Amino acid sequence: MATTIQPQAEAKPATALSNEEILRYSRHLIMPEVGMEGQLKLKNAKVLLIGTGGLGAPLGLYLAAAGVGRLGLVDFDVVDFTNLQRQVTFGTSDVGKYKSEAARIRLSNLNPDIHIDSFETQLTSANALELFKDFDIIVDGTDNFPTRYLVNDACILLGKPNVYGSIFRFEGQATVFGMPDGPCYRCLYPEPPPPGLVPSCAEGGVLGVLPGIVGSIQAMETIKLILGRGDNLVGRLLLFDALAMKFRELKLRKNPNCPMCGPHRTIHQLIDYYEFCGVRGEEAPEPNVQVPEMTPRELKSRLDRGDDLFILDVREPHEYQICNLKGALIPLGELPRRVHELDSSREIVAHCRSGKRSAEAVDFLRKAGFRKIHNLKGGILAWSDEVDPSVPKY
Amino acid sequence: MAVKIMIPTPLRVFTGKRDSAEFSAATVGEALGNLTTEFGELRKHLYTDDGKLRAFVNVYLNDEDIRYLAKENTPTKDGDTISIVPSIAGGSAGNAN
Repeated sequence: MATTIQPQAEAKPATALSNEEILRYSRHLIMPEVGMEGQLKLKNAKVLLIGTGGLGAPLGLYLAAAGVGRLGLVDFDVVDFTNLQRQVTFGTSDVGKYKSEAARIRLSNLNPDIHIDSFETQLTSANALELFKDFDIIVDGTDNFPTRYLVNDACILLGKPNVYGSIFRFEGQATVFGMPDGPCYRCLYPEPPPPGLVPSCAEGGVLGVLPGIVGSIQAMETIKLILGRGDNLVGRLLLFDALAMKFRELKLRKNPNCPMCGPHRTIHQLIDYYEFCGVRGEEAPEPNVQVPEMTPRELKSRLDRGDDLFILDVREPHEYQICNLKGALIPLGELPRRVHELDSSREIVAHCRSGKRSAEAVDFLRKAGFRKIHNLKGGILAWSDEVDPSVPKY
Repeated sequence: MAVKIMIPTPLRVFTGKRDSAEFSAATVGEALGNLTTEFGELRKHLYTDDGKLRAFVNVYLNDEDIRYLAKENTPTKDGDTISIVPSIAGGSAGNAN
C-alpha cells in the first residue's frame, strides 16, 4: 500500500514530444487550440484525482488519454460488484482489488507514456497538504461532505484550483473553485447539511451514465485550465438534470464573509471534517434515535414458533420488488398519513434495508402511541446474512 | 404574479415527486412560504426551527443567489424562476440505507 508519498524527482519540463507521442496525440496537435504548445502543457501538467469511483472513472480515462503527464489517484476503497454499473475504469476481474491500483493499471495500459501514482489511502487532514503539494490541479470526485470540505480548504490553503463535480440520482453539479478571485466551496455552502436531514435513504442510487457525464465535464474543465483556453466554470455553477436533459447555470459569487477565502479568514489550517460535518468515523452515522430492536435470528425463531407478528416494511415499492420479507409495505415518507392502517394492539416488527429508516419509523410510531413495536436490527441485509442467504443484498 | 419554483431531486420526495411548482407571490419568501404550506414536510428541510433558511440550502432568483439580492425579501415578477439548490455530495456511491 502506497500510503506514504514518494517524493518525485523534479524533472525538467518536457520541451518536445517523441514521434510515437506525436502520432498518439495527432488529433490534438492539428487543432490550433491545442497544438504542440498545448500538448506540451498537458505533458507537463500534474493532476490529482480525489476518488477513482464514478466521477473518477471518466476523469482518469480522459485525462490519461489526453496525455496529462502526471496523474495521482487517491482512493482507499476496494472495487465491488455494485461499482461496475458506473465505474467504467474497472472490469469484473478487478473486484476485490484496490481501486487506485486497479485504475493505475488500467490507465497505464491506456497510456504508457504518462506517470501515474496510486495512493491507497483515505484523504485526511493529516495527509492532504502533503499529497496536494506536488500537483497543479486537484479534481474532487469524492462522495461525501467531510472530504469535499477538506479538499476545498486544502486547495485554498495551497492556492490550487479545485475542479468540482457532484451527483445525486440523475442530477449533477459542476464548477471550478479555488481560482484567484473566484469563489470556493464554502462561499457556495458555508455549512454542510446535518446528517440525516438531506434524504439519502429511499432516494439513494445513481443512474450509471450520470457520473460519466459530470466527470467528463470535470475532465474538460481540467484540460481547459491546463491549456489556458476558453471560459472555465469559475463563478458559475452548472446544474445538469439528466431526466429533463437540461443544463442550467447559476452565478456563483465570492462570499466577502467566507471563513476560508474571504479577506477576514477565520480558518487557517485544516480541521476535523468529520466533526465539522457531524459524522464520526467512516461508518454510516448511527440511527439518531434509540428504539427497541429485534435481531433477525430472534425474528426467525418467533415466526417459526407461530407468534403473531406484523411485519412492516418501510422501504420504497421498487426496493420491495428486489426482495422482501412478505411484510406490509408503507414507505417511511407515507407513514404519517397511513398510520391508521396499522393496528397498535398487534406486535409490529419494522424493517428497511439496513435498519436506519425503520428506526425512524419505530421512533415515529412510538411517539404515536404504539408500544409493541421493534426495529429489525440490520434490516433485510442482516436477515440475508444471518437467516436466509437466498434473499439478495443490494 | 406567477413564479415558478424548481425543486431539486433530493427534495422531490417531499413534493409528491413534483419537479416544479408555480405560485403567485410578490417576493421570494412569499413563494417559498406558499411552497412549504402546500408541501408541509418540506418545511423542516428548508427552514430552521426559528424560521431561518438553512445554510446548506441556496435559493436563486433566476441565476442570482438571493443572499446577494434582498434575501427572502427579494421582489419577484411574473415569469421568474426560483431554484432551490441544496448541497449534494455524491461522486460515486449514492448509498442507500
